[in-house]
Amino acid sequence: MWTVGPLGFTAPLLLVAMVALPILWLILRAVPPAPVRRRFPGVALLLGLSDDETQTDRTPWWLLLLRMLAVAAVIIAFAGPVLNPQDERQGAGPLLILLDGTWADARDWPRRQDRVEALLDEASRAGRTAAVLSLTDLPAEGAPFQAAASWLSQLAGVRPQAWAPDAEAVADWAEGLDGDFDTFWMSDGLARPSRADLLAALEAHGEVVVFEDPRPVLGLAPARFDDGAIVVSAVRSAAEGSQAAEVVAHGLDPQGTPRDLSRVSLEFAEGESEAEVRLSLPAELRNRITRFELAGIRSAGAVALTDDALRRREVALIAATADREGLELLSPTHYIEQALEPTADLITGAIDDVLLANPDVVVLADVARVDASGALLDWVEEGGLLLRFAGPRLAASEVSRADEDPLLPVRLRAGGRSVGGAMSWGEPKALRPFDEDSPFHGLVVPEEVRVNAQVMAQPDPSLAERVIASLADGTPLVTRKRVGEGQVVLFHVTANAEWSTLPLSGLFVEMLERLAVSTRPSQPSADELVGTTWTVDQVLTAFGEVEEAGTRPGVPGETLAEAEPGPETPPGLYAGEDRRIALNVIHDETELAQAAWPERITVEGLEVLRERPLKGWFLAAALALLMLDILASLWLSGRLRGSTATAALALAIVPGLDGAAHAAVAGQAAVWAPSASLLLVSALLIRVPVMAAALAIVAALAPPAAAQDDEAIEATSEVVLAHVITGDAHVDQVAEAGLRGLSRTLFSRTSVEPAEPIAVDLENDELAFYPMLYWPVTADQPKPSDEAYDKLNRYLRTGGLILFDTRDADVAGFGGATPAGRRLQALAAPLDIPPLEPLPSDHVLTRSFYLLQAFPGRHVGRDVWVEAAPPDAELVDGMPFRNLNDNVTPVVIGGNDWAAAWAIDERGGPMFPVGRGYAGERQREIAMRFGVNLIMHVLTGNYKSDQVHVPALLDRLGQ
Amino acid sequence: MSEAAQLRGRAEALAAPLPPLLAAAEHLAATVLLGSHGRRRAGVGDEFWQYRPAHGGDEARFIDWRRSGRSDAHYVREREWQAAQSIVIWVDRSQSMRFASTGRLPAKADRAAMLAMALSVLLIRGGERVGLSGTGLPPRSGEVQLMRLAATLSEAGEGDDYGAPEVRGMLPQSRALYVSDFLGDPAPVEAALTRAADRGVKGALLQVLDPQEEAFPFDGRTIFESIGGTIRHETLKAGDLRNRYIERLKERKARLSMLARTTGWQFHTHHTDDAPSSALLWLYGAMERVH
Repeated sequence: MWTVGPLGFTAPLLLVAMVALPILWLILRAVPPAPVRRRFPGVALLLGLSDDETQTDRTPWWLLLLRMLAVAAVIIAFAGPVLNPQDERQGAGPLLILLDGTWADARDWPRRQDRVEALLDEASRAGRTAAVLSLTDLPAEGAPFQAAASWLSQLAGVRPQAWAPDAEAVADWAEGLDGDFDTFWMSDGLARPSRADLLAALEAHGEVVVFEDPRPVLGLAPARFDDGAIVVSAVRSAAEGSQAAEVVAHGLDPQGTPRDLSRVSLEFAEGESEAEVRLSLPAELRNRITRFELAGIRSAGAVALTDDALRRREVALIAATADREGLELLSPTHYIEQALEPTADLITGAIDDVLLANPDVVVLADVARVDASGALLDWVEEGGLLLRFAGPRLAASEVSRADEDPLLPVRLRAGGRSVGGAMSWGEPKALRPFDEDSPFHGLVVPEEVRVNAQVMAQPDPSLAERVIASLADGTPLVTRKRVGEGQVVLFHVTANAEWSTLPLSGLFVEMLERLAVSTRPSQPSADELVGTTWTVDQVLTAFGEVEEAGTRPGVPGETLAEAEPGPETPPGLYAGEDRRIALNVIHDETELAQAAWPERITVEGLEVLRERPLKGWFLAAALALLMLDILASLWLSGRLRGSTATAALALAIVPGLDGAAHAAVAGQAAVWAPSASLLLVSALLIRVPVMAAALAIVAALAPPAAAQDDEAIEATSEVVLAHVITGDAHVDQVAEAGLRGLSRTLFSRTSVEPAEPIAVDLENDELAFYPMLYWPVTADQPKPSDEAYDKLNRYLRTGGLILFDTRDADVAGFGGATPAGRRLQALAAPLDIPPLEPLPSDHVLTRSFYLLQAFPGRHVGRDVWVEAAPPDAELVDGMPFRNLNDNVTPVVIGGNDWAAAWAIDERGGPMFPVGRGYAGERQREIAMRFGVNLIMHVLTGNYKSDQVHVPALLDRLGQ
Repeated sequence: MSEAAQLRGRAEALAAPLPPLLAAAEHLAATVLLGSHGRRRAGVGDEFWQYRPAHGGDEARFIDWRRSGRSDAHYVREREWQAAQSIVIWVDRSQSMRFASTGRLPAKADRAAMLAMALSVLLIRGGERVGLSGTGLPPRSGEVQLMRLAATLSEAGEGDDYGAPEVRGMLPQSRALYVSDFLGDPAPVEAALTRAADRGVKGALLQVLDPQEEAFPFDGRTIFESIGGTIRHETLKAGDLRNRYIERLKERKARLSMLARTTGWQFHTHHTDDAPSSALLWLYGAMERVH
């Protein structure tokens, strides 16, 4: 094979044919395009006209070039071009392929696997045995050499781990190797102390070749909190050149969906291996962050899990009284503020305001009685921590004396006690060391802490288990009670230095930390975690994915504080009693450096270059060029016009493109335009039914939603009167006819122009579109469901009006014994109906369009009931109307069968007779007017009860 | 043989004398609604034209007593002038007229024959005498003449590349219509026209052109040949000739138009992709306007 750069030729002699090109150029150049013969009567007019330019009758150079290129492409194609021709690697004997298998490998793991695969391919072609091993997952002893091909199938099972190889284990393993073998070492590119020894050990057995990605490895250190902003820092293994990276803060949004909460870009300066960026986020957002990631890098090192170190707890401070001016140090909350300020966000205010902010902790400093005790208790039960401090007020109060107050952990004895004062015997008491089961276990009690006074707990059976700290004499100092998800903690001393020196000591701060009132400043030390046990909650995989840990043994706190990520302590989030600690791959002190290899070692990249025969591509290119040549020749000779042009273009382009695609797929051999077209056609044929099926599915799914939308649009584009479907076909029909009649009347007499009425199904339809519902009540009407009642109540609350019609002329009086009346009572019971009264003579319904005093329907019934006037509405002297309700009455109840009086048939005539003779027609007219007034009232509200219209109305009324 | 087949056979025999050209022409002529065809001037005829007051020189027998009895003056009843005119039509039937640029358009000769025939239908229906120049078909009136005209116009054309009108058989003071593409040598046309004008013949020139002859949409190396193949012209870049060709065509039209104006004729250009009825209307109007 003969190679030029990355190109090799299988039959390079054919390239000699290129010599023919210049000759071809000369020949082709001399042959102009053939003329077209045209019959044209206008030729008589052309006689004597000569061509302007004495243009050469030779082929234009660019067309020649096109043809030359096509011929050249054909020649090259048949010379068998191959991209990246591969040379075989030399060597024999067993082959050890060693992977570091760390988190730094994870970012380009697929490439490593490809490389290993290529190496194994080679080895299997050379008949070598091979072993593939990962340093983080070493076998007990030696290297299991097998046929190289058999490793190919096992390769997928080799996974990187999220930690570095253990130097001791590697050294032990290296000692156990024997025999001669060559080693291919896939390095992750990071310098490690153990590397040199291992290299020496491997070189003792044979040749070592290192494969390494020269790109620097990036790592993200845990975020820390500094001056109110989050500081995210990243490290890299090579301090060369400037480099930008993007840090993404992940977390759960309020709906619990994982999201990118923030993005910030990070810049490594030239020559710097560390970069920092400050991120200022609102507390609410900050507390939601679960991890930081370097965008686009799949590696555990690019992920920094956040723990409580970033969470700034919100602590509400509530003191008994307003601060006394000038007595800062006596303020009940001064020391607590000082202790919490660096690590928590403090909220002050009234208790019910504070609870709205949903703090993590509420501190009550010497508060005996809480105003919103119910709300506070609810909050505690949902996981809040209520921290109370005693004081003179609590001691003096009667709270939790006889019965235990739910917001206090114990019952208290009256008065408290004072020790070591001027009026008492004994010394001020020191603290007893904390018990094993106390959350404070492991904290060192300073000698100087003394307690002078305290409130005393009543000795109850449950007292012992609630004590978490006590004085030297055994009296409880701190008690705790769990309430629901949360807890109530009482310090039996004051939060200031009045009763004890505890708030002055460092122990106070540590106790607050242990109670998770405040948060620890940064990585906890082993001393701080002594005596605690932590279980891993979420683990980080080498690829930087966070997974649930499942069950794993607990880790002692002191171990965790010192731990490096490893098989025993995988990187992840460890949960303690109330806190969480993140163990990250990169910690604050981690420095990354490029692995340095001795000169004698060959270091290769990871790129796998595959042979790629280009014959097909060149042939396709030649074909495309020839197609272009056809077009160009046609155009040049003036034969390319109109439809011929498009057809020719389509013919030329389609097979050209498709041919190229086909060549790319096959990568071999020439492509025929017909076969390519066939391919295209078959592709189309396959696609068409799929599309049709998809369309059919969409069409099948679409109608319900569309129908609902159509209904909504129909109901809202015009004013529409609606009636409730009762289930009685006749009643529904009459109701619809009645509303149609009323709509016609409104249309002809007023500016209200309703569309056709709509029947409403209370269960399924949306009611909000209709200004008024007509609800004829039948004796055997089914009761709507609860959801329907919810809808109805919402409808009534938001200004809808329901006209209930018992249609029985109310013969028994409202609410009396008629079956429809009883049914109405049952139906209306779950509705939010305000107090009612018979329609007063000054109700706005009597004058919203027509002046009316009677409201007959088909029957001249008795009273019509509407929302009662407010009790303070009084008739002012000289005014005909009281100033009544300021809104639309939500219901109008009567039994006059209005729909029957309004009802018209298809021809527009009245459907039912009303009364007798002229008086009857008059009654129908009044019924119609009532309907008009009702709709006007619904649509205009209290407009007509405005006093503005009084003069005009008075004039009309003849007063 | 069935009844229907016999009927068909008879019907075909009956229809055979009517040439397709005549049918097309009749169809086209129907688009020009005639009403009563008259000369719209007083003259010899049967139809009433107008009453006019009698003056000296009018014979007593001309006086319309019925009309005069209704007033004090005497009135003469005039009749419409209905003397038939002779119209001689020359349709160019040379080879160049057989050109049609696309299959969808008719050949110029076909369009010319159809227009001539349709005009003949109109004129003969109007009582005029129509004949063809130079072919021994003198102007005659009547439906039979239509058949003769159609038969002659349907005959195969001449062998020349470009035709020239003939003046033979043209009656003095008659009217004439020349239909051609006038793309050939204009001299014979001019000669014929001036000779016709000398005899007091007035008429119209209708130039029938194919749209391609108007637009010259050619490009590239081309050899143009006349239809008969006697004239040829080769060019390397046909596109460059376009403007000059169009210029020459314009000149030719202007020359014809000028010639028509000086001799009192009328000139019009018709394209085969235009509706024939508009050309027919113009022709009809031109024949009317001769006076």
